[in-house]
Amino acid sequence: MFPLFNLNSFNIIKIAENFMQKLFATFLRGGVTLRVIDIEEVSELIRPGSTLMIGGFLGVGTPENIIDKLVEKGIGDLVVIGNDTAFEDRGIGKLVKNKLCRKVIVSHIGTNPETQRQMIASEMEVELIPQGTLAERVRAGGAGLGGILTPTGVGTVVENGKRVIEVDGKKYLLELPIRADFALIKAKRCDYYGNLVYNLTATNFNPLMALAADTVIVEAEEIVPVGTLTPDEIKTPGILVDYVVVSGVK
Amino acid sequence: MPVDSKEKIARRVAQELKEGYLVNLGIGLPTLVANYIPKDIHVFFQSENGIVGMGPEPEKGYENKDLTNAGAGFITALPGAMTFDSAFSFALIRGGHLDVTVLGGLQVDEEGHLANWMVPGKMVPGMGGAMDLVTGAKEVIVAMTHTAKGEPKIVKRCSLPLTSVRRVSLIVTELAVIEPTDDGLLLKEIAEETTLEEVLRLTEARLIVSSELKKF
Repeated sequence: MFPLFNLNSFNIIKIAENFMQKLFATFLRGGVTLRVIDIEEVSELIRPGSTLMIGGFLGVGTPENIIDKLVEKGIGDLVVIGNDTAFEDRGIGKLVKNKLCRKVIVSHIGTNPETQRQMIASEMEVELIPQGTLAERVRAGGAGLGGILTPTGVGTVVENGKRVIEVDGKKYLLELPIRADFALIKAKRCDYYGNLVYNLTATNFNPLMALAADTVIVEAEEIVPVGTLTPDEIKTPGILVDYVVVSGVK
Repeated sequence: MPVDSKEKIARRVAQELKEGYLVNLGIGLPTLVANYIPKDIHVFFQSENGIVGMGPEPEKGYENKDLTNAGAGFITALPGAMTFDSAFSFALIRGGHLDVTVLGGLQVDEEGHLANWMVPGKMVPGMGGAMDLVTGAKEVIVAMTHTAKGEPKIVKRCSLPLTSVRRVSLIVTELAVIEPTDDGLLLKEIAEETTLEEVLRLTEARLIVSSELKKF
């Protein structure tokens, strides 16, 4: 059978659109391709055992479609860095619920009883980090810094095993940078350069993480022509973005 | 906790807010403080997930999936509001730009140290933004019930892991308003519904009773 004969008109349009997108993207980026990919391809990029940074705050600003694909394909043994483990049916929580995480590095797990259960049963490792420290460690990882000094956690259990550095008589903890194999980012809009616009409080960790991973995969609600986003509204430049999945508004 | 106790605490905490303050309210009881802001002042609310100028919950049907508070509840953005990323949000908090944070508490001790993020072996929600808030805000107000299941929460020394070694500014319960000072915990106000004897009996920590003890 020729697969072409099985194509309905929708698929033909989609293939043409995809082709145009790729051609357009290559052309506009001067040969540096922003790959606009189908959601299916995500599971070919992300291998089991990867370290992932995932944007979002209790699931708000999290690329849910990419997470759903990881769950569907059962890509596990993951180390996940994010603000929290959200809820059992939302955001990073779905990876936890489906036992796909070897370890999570987050600031909060209180909204996901399954995280607590797996932690207590030693099925998954949980590293808790103060939220502001997590943000700065991710930022340091993306900004080429050797670490940051923060007063947060001094004199508490967070200090355990860390260097305390005194500056002008005040104590700080040396917190080290973190990076990941992949950053999974959620954007409101993306253009064919990969420039990203975020929406309201769905911004959170996304722009920080886009700097701190070897490969950056974005789930954008819509993709628009280059030049339609104003320089001011773009918070992540396209040069940082490797792949984009267009999800539509949900 | 009876609803009127929560209300009493929230009402009293709201009296501490001043014109132009940038305020962060924790999830739960502290959120109620927003309902009792004195009519003659304007304050700005920050939510650490990334907004200054947070407004109340929208009417049904007007929710925006990308506009939420730190508990993932739907909010509104008031005219003049700004949204930003998590590093900027915590720069505001840690950098001394936040005037007041109001947080719940599990224990506060004689040194004014707060424990509010875990009960080892029982409840480990994680610290979220609490450690940064207590370390960095100009004023830290603890809004909590005076006791838990009859056990004092204002203790000689916290048995639970501390949130910060920074001394909190004020403790407001349904029975008392207490200010941690260099000399210890100063009992400044007691509730209309209670007596000095009851407050002392339900507090494990040593209290210094103010010579100008007021009722609230």
